[in-house]
Formats: sequence, C-alpha cells, structure tokens
Amino acid sequence: MIPVAFEYFAPKTLEEALRLVERHGDEAKILAGGHSLLPLMKLRLAAPRFIIDIGRLRGMSYVREENGQIAIGAMTTHSEIAGSDLMRARCPLLAETAEAIADVQVRNRGTLGGSLAHADPAADYPASILALDAQIVAASSAGARTIPAREFFVDMLTTQLRPGELLSQVRVPMLAPRTGTAYAKLHQAASGFAIVGAAVRLTCGKSGKIEDIAVGLTGVGPKAYRAEAVEKALSGKKASPQAVAEAARQAAVGIEALSDLHASAEYRREMAVVFTRRAIERALARANGKKA
Amino acid sequence: MATAMRHIGKPLKRKEDPRLIQGLSHYVDDLQMAGMHYAGIVRSPHAHARIRSVDTSKAQAAPGVVLVLTGADLKGLIGPVPCAAQLPEMKMALRPVLAHDRVRFVGEGVAVVVATDRYLARDAMDLVEVDYEPLTPVVDPEKALAKGATVLHEPYKDNVAFRWELEGGDIKKAFKQADKVIRQRMINQRLIPVAMETRGVVADYKPGEKQLTVWSSTQIPHLLRTQIAAMLGVPESSVRVITPEVGGGFGSKLNVYPEEALVAHLAMRLGKPVKWIESRRENFLATIHGRDQIDDVEVAVKSDGTVLGLRCRVIADLGAYYQLLTPLIPTMTGLMIAGCYKIPAVRVEITGVLTNKMSTDAYRGAGRPEATYIIERVMDLVAAELKKDPVEIRRKNFPQPNEFPYATPTGVIYDSANYQRSLDLALKMANYKKLRQEQARLRKQGRYVGIGLSTYVEVCAMGPSSAMPAGGWESATVRIEPTGSVNILTGASPHGQGQETSFAQLGAEVLGLDPEDVQVVHGDTAIVPYGIGTFGSRATAVGGTAVYKSLLKLREKLAAIAGHLMTEDPSKLVFADKRITARISKKSIAFGEVVGAAYAAKTLPPQMEPGLEATTFFEPTNFTFPFGAHICVVELDAETGDVRLQKYVSVDDCGNVLNPLLVDGQVHGGIAQSVGQALLEEAVYDEQGQLITGELMDYAIPRASDLPWFETARTVTPSPVNPLGLKGVGEAGTIGATPALVNAVVDALSPLGVRHVDLPVKRTRVWQILQKAGRRGK
Repeated sequence: MIPVAFEYFAPKTLEEALRLVERHGDEAKILAGGHSLLPLMKLRLAAPRFIIDIGRLRGMSYVREENGQIAIGAMTTHSEIAGSDLMRARCPLLAETAEAIADVQVRNRGTLGGSLAHADPAADYPASILALDAQIVAASSAGARTIPAREFFVDMLTTQLRPGELLSQVRVPMLAPRTGTAYAKLHQAASGFAIVGAAVRLTCGKSGKIEDIAVGLTGVGPKAYRAEAVEKALSGKKASPQAVAEAARQAAVGIEALSDLHASAEYRREMAVVFTRRAIERALARANGKKA
Repeated sequence: MATAMRHIGKPLKRKEDPRLIQGLSHYVDDLQMAGMHYAGIVRSPHAHARIRSVDTSKAQAAPGVVLVLTGADLKGLIGPVPCAAQLPEMKMALRPVLAHDRVRFVGEGVAVVVATDRYLARDAMDLVEVDYEPLTPVVDPEKALAKGATVLHEPYKDNVAFRWELEGGDIKKAFKQADKVIRQRMINQRLIPVAMETRGVVADYKPGEKQLTVWSSTQIPHLLRTQIAAMLGVPESSVRVITPEVGGGFGSKLNVYPEEALVAHLAMRLGKPVKWIESRRENFLATIHGRDQIDDVEVAVKSDGTVLGLRCRVIADLGAYYQLLTPLIPTMTGLMIAGCYKIPAVRVEITGVLTNKMSTDAYRGAGRPEATYIIERVMDLVAAELKKDPVEIRRKNFPQPNEFPYATPTGVIYDSANYQRSLDLALKMANYKKLRQEQARLRKQGRYVGIGLSTYVEVCAMGPSSAMPAGGWESATVRIEPTGSVNILTGASPHGQGQETSFAQLGAEVLGLDPEDVQVVHGDTAIVPYGIGTFGSRATAVGGTAVYKSLLKLREKLAAIAGHLMTEDPSKLVFADKRITARISKKSIAFGEVVGAAYAAKTLPPQMEPGLEATTFFEPTNFTFPFGAHICVVELDAETGDVRLQKYVSVDDCGNVLNPLLVDGQVHGGIAQSVGQALLEEAVYDEQGQLITGELMDYAIPRASDLPWFETARTVTPSPVNPLGLKGVGEAGTIGATPALVNAVVDALSPLGVRHVDLPVKRTRVWQILQKAGRRGK
C-alpha cells in the first residue's frame, strides 16, 4: 500500500495553488481531504506525478452567509458541515447529507470540494447539491466562474471543471418558509457509500399543495441526476401518500442503472423508488412542521 | 479451589488495556533496528499459470535494491510450508515458499525484493518481469471434482485431496424406520478473517553467535520456532521467536507462512535485519480463509420429532495448498455434527477439494461453526416440517443431565452439560412466549419478524495430545522472585484473550497476593518454556491449569518453609493478605519474609532446595464441551431486504469462570463475528479466480452500529476434565450465533413458505425472496 513516488506541493495561497494547477495540468492531482485519492494511489491505480495539497490554503474552510445564500469553502469537512449551526438552521439538507457520509474519521478529513470534484457516482453530496440547485464556483488564474449544479456532473468521475480550474466554493440557498428537505440513503454495507441516495427539497403551499419540488438521486447511475419525472408528477399536486408513491415509481425511469457485487441494476432501480418515496415523505412531514 | 474466593470469578478490568488504549504497546511493525532492510513479495496476478521465466535484472538494478530472489533461487534452500495434518490416503499439496514452476492462486508469491527502504522495495517489485502461461483456473469446487477438470497438482489425476468418512450407529436402519426424511443443501461460505493487524515478520541474525531471532505476529511462537528451524535446516536451539503484541488472530495466525521462513532466510543471507509487513490487500489474498463448505444433509425423523439419524456429505474447498491444519478443519465438522442431541446414527462423508484459491484453515470456531450451523438449521427444518415449535424439537432430542459423560456416535465424549438449564434460562430472559405472541400480532400487520434459536455444544480446551497433531498439553513456569513479585511464564500465547489478567487473578488467589503482584509473561521462546500456543479455546482451560498446578507446587513449598519458621503444621496454613497464617494459633509471617528465606537459604528445612520456581506440563485427558442457548429477534425491511437485529440473548456455559468480564468480552466479540458470517461477509472469487471482495471497500465486516445490545448470562456446569472446572469460551459466540441469526431470518420469511435461506443472508438475497413471493411492503 505504497504509492508511486510523486512531487509534492503545499501552496499557502489560492493564487499559488492555481499557478501550480495551471503549470502541471493533467500530470497533477489536487489533494483535498485525500479520502478518494490516497487509496487509489496506495493501490497504484492512480500515479500522479505532482500532488498539489490545498490543505494549507488559508480561508478555504468556512460556512457563512453571503448575499442571502450560504457559502461553503471547498475545504470544509463533512463534520464541519454537519455541525454548522447556520447550515442546520437554514439548509439542513446538506448537514443531513454530510452526516450520512462514511464514518467519523472520514467525516473529519473528507471535504465538500474534494468529494464534488471527484464525482464518484456513489458519493452522497451530488444528490443534495442537485436538489438545492447549488452553485459551484471554479477558480482559475483567469478569474472565477460559477457553474450551476445541474450542469456540473458530466459522467462517472467527470465534471465541468476545466484544466487549470480549482473548485473553491459552493453556494446553497437558504430555504424558504414551509420548505422541507430530507436525504434518505441505503448504505453499501462495506464502504458506506450510497447504493442509492435520494435528496428532496419541497415547499408546500398553504392549501397543502406542493408548490416546488426538487429530487436529486445519487448511486443509481453513472452520475447523479434530477428525477424530473417525479418532480413533474408532484408539483402543484396535493401530496397524498398514494400520489407520492405513484410519483416515486418514476425515480429511475430512463436511467441506465449500475450493477455490481452489492446491488444489481434491477435492485438499484427499485431502491431508487423506495428511497425517493421515503425522502419525499420525510421532507413533507418536515415542511409541515413535524419531526421526521 | 477454596470456597470463598477473593480474586477468581471477579470482574477485574484487563491489565492489558491501559497500554493498548494509550498506544503504548508494540507490534511487529513498531520494531526499528539500525541497518534494517525491507522485503516485498511479488505476487501472482493469475489464479493458475505456468511460470515460463522470471526476469529480475531491472529490479536488481533499481535504487536501494540489495537482493531479488525467485522461487527457483530458493529451491532446496527452504522447505515447503508445513502441514501437520495427516489423513488416510491424503494427496500432498505442499506450498513452496515462492512458486517456481507454477502458480495456483492469485496472491501466491513468485519473487522477493529486498531494499534499504520499504518504498524502494515497493517500486522495485513492479520491475520484476514474470512471463506467465495462463492455465484454466479451477474455481468452483464441484466443477473441480468433475471428470476432465484441469488438475492442480500433477502428477495426481484429479483434484480430490482426500475422502474422509465417519459412521456411528446403524444409519440404514435409522432411515428405514423414519416417518420422514428431510433433505437440504447448505452453504458455509468462505470467510476472510481480517485481523486488525495484518501479518508481519522481522528477522535478525547474529553470525558470530549464530543466533536467529524472528519477530512474528503469531498465535504459536514455539511451534513456529520448530517449523522455521526445520524449513531452514538450522538447529532449533539457535532460533528464537518473539511474539510482540498481536492485533488479532482468530486462527489466521495459527499457522506457518512462507514469509516467516523467507524473511529469516533473507536476514541470514544478508546479515541485516529484514522487515516484511503484509499490506491489507495481501492480507485478503494470502492469509488463510475460513469455512467454505457445501453441505448436503439428510435427516431421518419420527413424526413425534425424535431424530433417528443424520447423513451429511461435505464438499470442503481447501484452496490450492495445505497450510498448517487445512485438511483437519472439515473433519471437526464431522466430529461435532450431532450437536447437543442424542442422534443414534450418524454418517459423514467429506471430500476435500483443491481449487485455485487461497487455502482455508482454522478461522474462529474452525469446523465447529459449520457443524453447528448444519445441525441447528436441521432442527428448525424438522420443526417446520412437523409444524412444531423449534424449542420442543430441541428439548425432545437433548440427552438428560445424568447421561454425562455422553458418547456421541461420532466417537466424541461430551464431558458435562445441562442443555435444558441453559435453554430454559435463555427462554426466560427472552420472554419467549411473549415474543411469539408479539410476532403473531405484527405478522397480521404484514411485518416480517423472526425469532431464531440455537442450542449449541462445541469442543474446547484442545486437547489431549492423542487427538492433536503437535501435542495438546500446555506448559507453565511460576517463579517467585526474591522480592516477592511473581512471574508466570505461560506457553500459551494470548493475543487479546486477557490471560495477563486472569492468570494474575489465579496467582493472587493461590498465593494470597494482589493481582498487581503477579506478572504474566508469554510469547518469547527464549524466556518461556516450550508451549503449544493459543487457539481452540485452550489457553485458560489447558494453559491455566498448568499455571494452577505450578502455583500449587510453590504454595506447598512456601508452606513447608513457613511451617518450619513458625513451627506450625504446613498443612494448616492460610495464604491471604500477603501473609501466611496458621489456622488455629493465628501465628503469622509475611509472604515476603518466607520468599526471602527461600532465597537466602539459611533457615530452610533440611534437604530443601533453595529458590522458588515450579514448572508444569499439563496434559488434559479429554477436550471440554461448552454449550449454550442463543435467541435473537430480527425484523426484515420488506422493501430493501435489510435484516435488522432487534434483540440478542445468549446464555453460555463455559464451566467455571476466572473473570466474567473476559468471558463477556469473548461472547460479545464472537456474536459480532457471527453477525458477519450470517448477514454480511463472503469471499467471492470470480470465474477467473480473482478475489473480487479483495478489500474492505467490498468485504463487509460488522461494525458496532450493526449490533444490538447483547443480553448475556451464564449457567455454570464445571468440567471434570481439569481441576479448575474450566471449559473455554473463545469461540462459543461464533459457533452459537450464526444459526440463531439465520433461523430468525427464515422464521421471519416462513409465512411465505420459506424453509431455508443460504449464508450470508444479504439484503439482496432477502429482497429476491420477497420479490419472488410477490409480496412487497407498502
């Protein structure tokens, strides 16, 4: 479990990090929390020539209010997100998702930015990032650009990030009143990754109708996606248990589900339905002020 | 033992724990020596291939590399991995330390690289070029037995390692008289032990003194010393094996591995200390696996539930080579297959099969979990077939308490038991009647709740030497030092079982001291007299008895000196509170004063030798047979197939108890490991013989969050086999729990007509059953 030799950089500023990223291009890998990269290197499945460790950049780890949104630094760990009062009060979905990741040790080291940039098809955050319509900020020496979550995930382990770019910040909305969210997950028994993870954000009108709903799913296919058929089936509708169950049946329609040792494609599709329904039920209860 | 005990039976916290918790203990990888070199093993990526050639030139030229050796280089220099098992007409399938002409499993070593730095050694490993000619991998054990299957070990004509049969009672008559015959195929899946500390070896050779020292993470330091000496062809007296802290063994370190002799050879060859530490990936591939049987069982019963006879055909997948005990493990299944029931006729046929996989060998329970799983599933099958309660079927077939010692038709003599008592207690603790009522209520709501039961007997305290491949006794030397502190040197080699604590309690009890006054020393062949080691739940029952007998010898000597000094009758002295006191006159002398007299040797009784040291080699007359009853409750998530463990009750009878905390710890750990076998774990090789559950990301082991609160209790039926009445408890949890868990899942699914579910009961397996039944939850 010893990696191939590599050259190691530990820049102190974002500018310095960006210069290194630009200079070394494809031969470099950015090290954030290291929980995906280091195992790959130790198994010699990855052998980057250069490692740019952004763990010492100052000011990359925070959860704060900015212009009516919550801004999260890329190096913020899962446990910091799970434990943030601001997050728990104004965007509990991301806190709930962070809490469902792996185990305490991983949550203490792994970062939001690292997880999103790696884009593991079984990672938890992508589902919630999609359901929240989050904005992802990519920094480069040319300046920063903002990528909407729905455009960010391209394929398995592939994102919109371009060479020379570094994911620096994620912005999520503060939730509107009568909004409920939930993340429901089936853990893979060995790794703790999501066989299926369903993130739901919904807002109920006073009449009890669902005014706005977003459903993000991870683990099912090669990349996380929005279950638009489910959203369409429920938006503007009264949320009876039957209607929810019926809508959830469309959670994996048109998705080419993954199949592995732990779950067949058939099982994954079915679990997408089950966990979508469970997440909607929980989000509904929360939107209506119930504990769930 | 005296009636009122001050230390024995008390829940003393482990003396070992402070150093373990604080990170103050030392494992093999903690050893650092000047000039240390590092070895790395190049392993086969093929399950089955001929080695055409190995080119080491690039590796040899790599920075820091001092030596690269192949299997061909070692031919004639190091003997093969030893196998202590001998079965009639058994084929030989011995493993060379490094493969030279053929590789037979993924992970088999083909070359070793030694460098001045472990990173450089790892880099150079990638430069060794091996030219393989792939052969057909033989993975499925039934296909390995088929006509025309590729043969692993030519010139043999097939892959049958051995056929072993056992028959007791009139089996034909039993099946003729049966009202019903029930048949079932069961799988005891292959498991990976996953000790927290992987294996590791350091060797150092002093050419001037001709002394070889080997540090290894092993359960058997003395047996390892003997085998290393034999493999290397050096005198055993010039080899010392030291076992530092061992981070878990579970049987996987009850073995002799190629690296142990190889690293020693490298140290001798280079005149440098050499270290090899197994990676987790190697640990999955190249440390022994456990279980792996296909069991076809048939049972003959009367309609009242009386079991008349049991037939079982076992296909045991041994892997590619024999390790130390490989062929013996499935025979344990045969010996224990009747369980805790009076079954008059039994027939077992075992076929050992060689396949292109890692060897199987002893893994916690070693053959007994398989037996218990078979018979405990059988009892539930009988109950289901006859529509009777599983409790009733078990009670009907128990021997009575006055029938012990009880001889089974498999030729084993159970020492002592009261199966009724442990079952009754477990039923009471679980509130069984109420559980059944609650289950009926919940079933009406469409919920899948199951109650599972297992009543087990197992075999411990291994064992009489007549039944053991390398001696079944254990040694202990007790030495009281001139200042009065006590050293217990035990030939057992505890590695987590807690004997540093329980033996100290024993010493304190016998000598009237505090446990802090007694130190337990183990795991160094230069300090401790020859011993057998720790496995088969033997360290306390056999090793502890040796300690006890040595303690008694010293107490007798101390009493003689004290009696002489006080002019009192030595047979009427009491040892307590660090004093030796005359029972009637109350005349008293400090323990330390008597010890001082033994060493000063001026006031000893005539003809008495000075000093205070006693050694015992204790040879038991039989095994011991602990038993118990486990009850658990599960609820299935009808949508996902997840099995949720709601309740777990275990009543275990391991005879007398030295320290109840240690017993609870063993039971808890054993049940947890069973949850692994029952619900999560499975070593999966694909058709090419690649281990696809080759890391912890894919091989699920149980975690604390998978487990419910364990409600444990004990009944105490002392063993007549040793003077302390001990039985052993190291493996009981693992043996009793797996069938209880599976029986509970089957019980939960029984309204759907399900009678059996194969191990492991993964969520997807349950889900498929529910899908098939067309019954989904909400």
